[in-house]
Amino acid sequence: MASSDNSETLDARGPTPVEGSGLEVATGERERVAGHTFRAAVSAKNVFLWPALLVVLALSIFPLIVSLYLSVSRLEFQANGIDVRFLGFDNYASLLFGTEQDHFIGVLKPLTPVGWIIVAVVAAITARAFVSYLRGVNVRLLGLLLRAIAGLLLVGLVWLFAQTLFAQGGRPGTLFVTLVYVFVGIAVQYLLGLGLAVLATQRLRGQRFFRVVFLLPMTITPVGVAYMFRMLTDTGKGPFVPLFDLAGLQNFAWVNDPWGARIAVMIGDIWQWTPFMFIVLLAALEGQDQEITEAALVDGANRRQVFRHITLPALLPVTTTVILIRMIEAFKIIDLPNILTNGGPGTATESLTLEAFFDWRTLNLGRSAALAYMLLIVVTLIATAYVNLVRRRVTATA
Amino acid sequence: MRNGTRLGGLTWLAAVVTVATACTGLSSSGSPGSGAISVNILTFTGPQIAEPLQRRAPDFRTANPNISISVTTVPFSDLYQKILTDVSTGTNSYQAFVFDPQWMGDFVGPGYLEDLSTRVKADASLKWDDIGAFFRDFSATYQGKVYTIPLDGDFHMVYYRTDILAKDGLKPPETWDDYLAIAQKEQGQDLNGDGQGDYGSCISKKRNAQAYWFITSIAGGFIQTDGTNQGAFFNTADMKPLVQNEAFAAALDIYKKTGQFGPPNEINLDVGDTRGLFTSGRCALSMDWGDIGTLAIDPTTSKVKDKVGAVILPGSKMVLDRSTGKLVPCDATTCKNAVNGINHAPFASFGGWSGAINGKVSTAVKDAAFKFLSYMSAPEQSNVDVTIGKTGFNPYRTSQFSDTKLWVKAGMSEQAAKDYLGAIQASLQSPNMILDLRIPKTQQYQQVVLDKAVAQFLAGEIDRDTAMKQIYDGWEAITNAEGRDKQLSAYKASLGVQR
Repeated sequence: MASSDNSETLDARGPTPVEGSGLEVATGERERVAGHTFRAAVSAKNVFLWPALLVVLALSIFPLIVSLYLSVSRLEFQANGIDVRFLGFDNYASLLFGTEQDHFIGVLKPLTPVGWIIVAVVAAITARAFVSYLRGVNVRLLGLLLRAIAGLLLVGLVWLFAQTLFAQGGRPGTLFVTLVYVFVGIAVQYLLGLGLAVLATQRLRGQRFFRVVFLLPMTITPVGVAYMFRMLTDTGKGPFVPLFDLAGLQNFAWVNDPWGARIAVMIGDIWQWTPFMFIVLLAALEGQDQEITEAALVDGANRRQVFRHITLPALLPVTTTVILIRMIEAFKIIDLPNILTNGGPGTATESLTLEAFFDWRTLNLGRSAALAYMLLIVVTLIATAYVNLVRRRVTATA
Repeated sequence: MRNGTRLGGLTWLAAVVTVATACTGLSSSGSPGSGAISVNILTFTGPQIAEPLQRRAPDFRTANPNISISVTTVPFSDLYQKILTDVSTGTNSYQAFVFDPQWMGDFVGPGYLEDLSTRVKADASLKWDDIGAFFRDFSATYQGKVYTIPLDGDFHMVYYRTDILAKDGLKPPETWDDYLAIAQKEQGQDLNGDGQGDYGSCISKKRNAQAYWFITSIAGGFIQTDGTNQGAFFNTADMKPLVQNEAFAAALDIYKKTGQFGPPNEINLDVGDTRGLFTSGRCALSMDWGDIGTLAIDPTTSKVKDKVGAVILPGSKMVLDRSTGKLVPCDATTCKNAVNGINHAPFASFGGWSGAINGKVSTAVKDAAFKFLSYMSAPEQSNVDVTIGKTGFNPYRTSQFSDTKLWVKAGMSEQAAKDYLGAIQASLQSPNMILDLRIPKTQQYQQVVLDKAVAQFLAGEIDRDTAMKQIYDGWEAITNAEGRDKQLSAYKASLGVQR
């Protein structure tokens, strides 16, 4: 409809009337109608666009700006409403350098040799990527600058990470606990999801049944999963007590040990989200061109070679997307540590989002917003680095 | 035609929904003349506390057809902010609250709570004078005015298994050293005859739960020696926190050590869990409010009926010298209130669940809310409710302490009733009782700073000295932000409560 209206409008503007001819009146009339039509089209555009735009502004941009302002303020509920005091970067400073540094970043200690190796490896990979960009044909100043900043931030992040995890007496804060949840969790979810997807493509008995069973965990609410794992990991009561007793673990509690508790959280998360990897990878596997695989087999390749050199590269675009989606989602983990361990023991299993939630619950809305922005920065940085890293490989494979 | 009919139907549906919504709105607004006055009460997700409110609401409605009561529950850790944000933003979706009276320091000043002094005086059925003087003057009163109606009386006590201690020839603990010794002896013994090893001690240690009260209960006997007015949280001369000294260090060590004789996952257990363990016969000792006493007589869940004794909180033979921060022996000079050389400082932790009314709602709604809270607190209801474990209500009326028939009727033996009530009364009558903190930002001092540091210490994330420094610095930061003089004045006023 819109295109025919436009053509009519354009036609109406078309011929120039000859002065004194009878066409003048008709042309004037046509111009008037055309003007109306044009204005109506513009109005219609505004009428249709602005409500949606306003909704987006109200629901997305406005809260983003307000929360940014909150993150540099202190908000207090008072007799006659809310008092907001501007603090500058105090909330961020307390997280990065102040009283909350232990909680947010962790306890930093001198690096062990393993820590130094990890930092050196990451620094070398980042430098290599940077040099590789410099040697490329499309080098732009802005791109160069952004890559330099991202590279420095990434190496800095890994350096801090190593100082909490690979250092004598160090302790990770919520930032690095979240990173462990994200990277370890996603790696295991991907490997398990891929394994299950490959199994589901084999012509095994009960294939349909298992496809449904593998998907079930994803349909359960995370709070439900957390309560279920709380029950399952309880060595004193719960369905696995006889097994724990047999294994001599009556006096063991997952929640007493920081890593035991973190592993319990990760097992719950992996159990819930492996089906997501499974279903997407299964779809990709089933959509694969069988002729290439058959040709490779005919040429003498074995199953492992086919999987390594044909299937995996074909899955790369899907893998990239599915990991990116899970990564962004995994950074927001909150239900499992909140219900399963209540963030404990101490603060050992607290994720960034849970820390922000605890601050919000105790009405420290400014610091809660600052934490949310720190999370945004970290997610953006890592997601961008990841996309840049894998894009070339995907392009090269394609 | 079909479209027209459908539209007509939709119009009718919309009209019905609109009218229904309007009616609901009128009803919930509680405006006079709109039929029933609706009172929405906010409290914590029980089942305790919410249970008696919900159970008795229909009976109250029968007697007062024009008042409708509904009870909304949220987790305890959310209750403070839920009340604060609801009232301060003018939302006023709750007309009354059953909450922690410690928060009056934050809620009375801005006018969030209704002054109930006149209503209380005029209400004979409430039998105000029967309510224990401490609960009337501390849990209910702030700056000389009554703001809440007590529904519960709270003290920490130590519970022990009478049968187990008698079998092993042990006396109930008088000091925390006694407590640890008994816990150590009973750890791993089969206490309920199921062939499994059980626990010497069960005390909640979960974060965002009740740990910050328990640490104060242990520290109290070391810190407060000179009577209630001395205070156990801050120095009354300069508002400096009393948390970085040998006394608090000893308390942290004891609290952590009790974990060695407890369930393996005790660090993740709240009082609901430890109560369940004690009443199922799995613990020799526990520290708790009055709830275990009544839960122990519940035939549906308890395996320890008539096997439970209760004593005042254990004390200490070493006490804090506030000038040096060191522990010194307890003698006639240092411990004026000592009994047999032991300084006891029973902790009136929490103060007891109390009902308050939103100061911003209409008078008719306030009257209706008061009527319900008065009904809940009246002896006819409360004398029954305090004997039922699942209510979470503990005795707070004089008649409840003096009349053991109530308790015998509820299923307690005469001896158990005397023991249970005796422990509460010994705490209530102690001249060295510790009053819980009740100043502006109490929730921040205790529920945020103290709770987090204790949780990190118990988990081994930070050592004892770091924990004390963290609490000290955190409390100082709040005091400085609020104004030292203002906080000191509020603290001293809270300690001047008459009992």
